[in-house]
Amino acid sequence: MIRNALGRELPESIPGYGVVKPFLGHDKRVPEGNRDGGRIKATFGNQTDKVLPDIKAAIAASGLKSGMTVSFHHHLRNGDYVVNMVIDACAEMGIRDLTLFPTALFGVHKKLIPHIKSGVIRRIMGSVNGPIGQLVSEGGMEEPVVLRSHGGRPRAVTCGDVHIDVAFLAAPRADRYGNLSGVGSKSACGSLGYAFTDAMYADCVVAVTDCLQPYPIGNVSISQLYVDFVVAVESIGDPAGIVSGTTQITRDPLRLLISRYAAQLIEASPYFKNGISFQTGAGGIPLAVTAFMKEAMKRREVKGSFGLGGITGYFVDLLKEGYVERLLDVQSFDLEAVRSIASNPDHVEISADWYANPWNKGCAVNMLDVVILGATELDKDFNANVNTEADGALLHGIGGHQDTAAGAKLTIISQPLLRGRIPCVVDSVYSVTTPGEVVDAVVTEYGVTINPRRQDLIDAAKEAGNFPLLSMEELLAKAKDLVGPMEPVQTEERIVGVIEWRDGTVIDVVRQLKAKA
Amino acid sequence: MRLRRTMLYLPGNNPNMLLRGHLFKPDGLILDLEDAVAMREKDAARILVRDVLRQGNFGACEVTVRINGMDTSYWKEDLEAVVPTGIHGIRVPKVEDPKDMVLLDKTLSEIETRAGVPLGKTLVFCLLETAKGIWRAYEIATASKRVTAIIPGGEDLTADLRTNRSAEGTELEGVRKMLVLAARAAGVDALDTVFPRITDDEGLRKEVGFIKQLGFDGKSVIHPNQIPIIHDVFTPTEKEIEKAKRIVAAAKEAAERGLGAVSVDGRMVDRPVVKRAEFTLIRAGLSEEVHS
Repeated sequence: MIRNALGRELPESIPGYGVVKPFLGHDKRVPEGNRDGGRIKATFGNQTDKVLPDIKAAIAASGLKSGMTVSFHHHLRNGDYVVNMVIDACAEMGIRDLTLFPTALFGVHKKLIPHIKSGVIRRIMGSVNGPIGQLVSEGGMEEPVVLRSHGGRPRAVTCGDVHIDVAFLAAPRADRYGNLSGVGSKSACGSLGYAFTDAMYADCVVAVTDCLQPYPIGNVSISQLYVDFVVAVESIGDPAGIVSGTTQITRDPLRLLISRYAAQLIEASPYFKNGISFQTGAGGIPLAVTAFMKEAMKRREVKGSFGLGGITGYFVDLLKEGYVERLLDVQSFDLEAVRSIASNPDHVEISADWYANPWNKGCAVNMLDVVILGATELDKDFNANVNTEADGALLHGIGGHQDTAAGAKLTIISQPLLRGRIPCVVDSVYSVTTPGEVVDAVVTEYGVTINPRRQDLIDAAKEAGNFPLLSMEELLAKAKDLVGPMEPVQTEERIVGVIEWRDGTVIDVVRQLKAKA
Repeated sequence: MRLRRTMLYLPGNNPNMLLRGHLFKPDGLILDLEDAVAMREKDAARILVRDVLRQGNFGACEVTVRINGMDTSYWKEDLEAVVPTGIHGIRVPKVEDPKDMVLLDKTLSEIETRAGVPLGKTLVFCLLETAKGIWRAYEIATASKRVTAIIPGGEDLTADLRTNRSAEGTELEGVRKMLVLAARAAGVDALDTVFPRITDDEGLRKEVGFIKQLGFDGKSVIHPNQIPIIHDVFTPTEKEIEKAKRIVAAAKEAAERGLGAVSVDGRMVDRPVVKRAEFTLIRAGLSEEVHS
């Protein structure tokens, strides 16, 4: 056994994962050597059409065999048909032991469970949640899942930790020569940010579209340089699950209270000045924080520079109204964002590599002032867990949590102190996703709790004096007082999940849940 | 003088709200055992509210409990459960007879004595939800020293008036004016009924402006999101604050120099004007300027 920098006990090697490089600190590991690359291919003038008749033909042409690694992006979110469609076809073709390497999986992908049980899928490197998360947590997969952040994933690809054999890219619009676009069709999803690295590094790239147009299309995200084959299908996804309608700010008074405190903390911080950049994401609290921040920006005549990450209609309004100069969009959440990215040159599509990879020549999170995040639980050292539920089951992917926390100058985790009777603040988190060294403050309905290493922020908050401040010890005592002690999670020794820090070191592992008596 | 701009109703059967209501910083809380609680949950809610009161963390809020009406079989049990915890007051629904206030006062005194709570500590807030209650508002407000505020009903009262609630509130206008008059005559606070349309922020702002102008001291609140809006309306403007500061300072100076008359901005001001200025500063959260 070895201990990483957070004191978490890890084996030296994990079956199905390999040698463990222990977490050293958020910016301690630096790369060596050269980037990895895909195969070099030649395409001459006699090949002017990349369209194949169906998925099976594309699988056959790609050279996909049992034991290989296939990748997918999650821009179609819970409306996606492509992952299930491709794995069904693989199963029918007798391909087995695949490593699934998605940027994320959603509830709609629970249809993969029979393929996991039958051995078509041997391993998943990517977030697992819902029924698949439960299955994995209970030991239903032979090899551990590997969880990486939005920046850690392109890092793993570009440095060769993961080699993609075939990337299947859902494309809302494509032409016959493999130019792909995320806008201008019924299945539009806006940015194709998560798909770029896969397109550039996979040995073979198959685009799957339900809107095939004559060459060349406009608004190209991923170009013909990277795409081997194009397949047209009836539908790549359910538009209702791909994008949401208008995003509404919560009216839940508790969440509004938390949001107001978070916005007041931002306003009190030294970053609240002209040129401020921020990422707040979707969801009730973040959206309300943005609304309160906008009020403050208006009142104090502050203009921001850019909004980052997953973009909603609310951010599009900020851009239109001049509160930010630019949007850097890795993922477009709603129809407004999709419309905007298609038409506004200041609404810029960025790849996950550009967004968050720590091992390139500078990613966007490094330029970020403020990020608002959530977490399932936090501990007295401000370590955050977003991967497992209080009962120890794998619940969420990492998303951009680690990357934005590491990059932003002010990382705020905001959420209610209690979910039912489950506290969000505990002595020690069950599993660590993001270390306390990159978390600056926690905001709950009881007020703002600032990491003691940020004395400058504590001073600024005291000077502002318009929101309650409490120490982590006080917050923890309050949680314990309200709900009493929690039963510790009962686990087996076997490791079912490996949580990588964005640099490829292991920050924690998740163990198999003990079967309930 | 206590601020009662906002008194927030919390359902007596909802532990989440009971524990967290004070976080929204209303001036007061009303833990509700009456309308918010179904008949079959009365006992459970009473026990829950009692236990939450014992745990006792409500910030700076004035803590009250709305008991069940004195025409029900629950009200005495309600009082027995909550008064011993030392709450600031109780809110009594459907009061229409001053005699009930005498009975309530006596019952409260018995419970206070038995529980070791200072005699007379528990204040009474009367909901006048019938035409008869409004008509006898002054008598009710003066029937016991405990009576601290009178509050008109909303839905029940308009039904009793054989009308219904409109957006403009025409039907309650006369009632509200009568209620302020009775409250001032009796020396108690006039608190307004709830604004039921919880997503209509502009409508709320308008109504609060109106009742403030009538002379009300505050309003019952049905949703936490209404609190900042009501506080905003009741918070004096910079101009009002500046003027009030000058009046209070002048009055102090006059008192120190032993002068009876106070002059501000070249005009004489009398005692009631000074009192109102002091109240303006209290509403602005500047009570230290009044007491210093």
